[in-house]
Amino acid sequence: MVTSILHRATGVVLSVGSLLIAAALVALAAGPQAWACVTGLAGSWFGQLVLFGWVWAFAFHLLNGVRHLLQDAGWGYAIAQFIRNSWISVIGSFVLTALVWVLVMFRGGVL
Amino acid sequence: MSGFDRFRTPLKNARGLGSAKDGVHHFVVQRATAVALFFLGLYFVGLAISLIGADYAAARAAVAHPFNAVLLIAFLVTSFWHAQLGLQVIIEDYVHAPILAITSQLAVRFVCVLATLASVLAVLRIALGA
Repeated sequence: MVTSILHRATGVVLSVGSLLIAAALVALAAGPQAWACVTGLAGSWFGQLVLFGWVWAFAFHLLNGVRHLLQDAGWGYAIAQFIRNSWISVIGSFVLTALVWVLVMFRGGVL
Repeated sequence: MSGFDRFRTPLKNARGLGSAKDGVHHFVVQRATAVALFFLGLYFVGLAISLIGADYAAARAAVAHPFNAVLLIAFLVTSFWHAQLGLQVIIEDYVHAPILAITSQLAVRFVCVLATLASVLAVLRIALGA
């Protein structure tokens, strides 16, 4: 139940995120000043918060999306499996987010 | 259409299409773009992480590389396509006032198409050195 509405909520978040990605690419094409604006925003505490939120939304939507595809194939419908796989989506999304953020830190990307 | 269609009942013609009139097309494309985005999304996150600390010229050079330019365009088109399909379902489920539903569905489509065109043009401008 919760994973279903979270899938939609993270989908909406990622849709808005895609607009930000599009805006960043337009800025990169526009010139160094516009790009500096993007990196400045991304480096601010608010930008880091948005990026962190985006990574979690991406991780959850990715893992839960795989779960949905497997269910479309008719797999994992027993109640026990259904609940277990929901937990894999939720806990896995935190693990994946942590993994990405560790990689980001290794690249020296956190303030 | 063959001559046999004259003998088909309206029910026979409607069968397999459903009330949305396009059958399972939406369902299939939603899943096909999902499979593509599993790989393209992970690729994009990898590219973004690799660009941490890169200056303007390095970021442009990375996007201009044909490998990245092609995959980025694929990611952008597939993302906005998948987003439009998903947002469409959410609006269908939660927005019931006809005028609000139609205008929001149109707005989502317009924004997704415009954002796709703008971002793809941006990648092309960088890749082609404009």
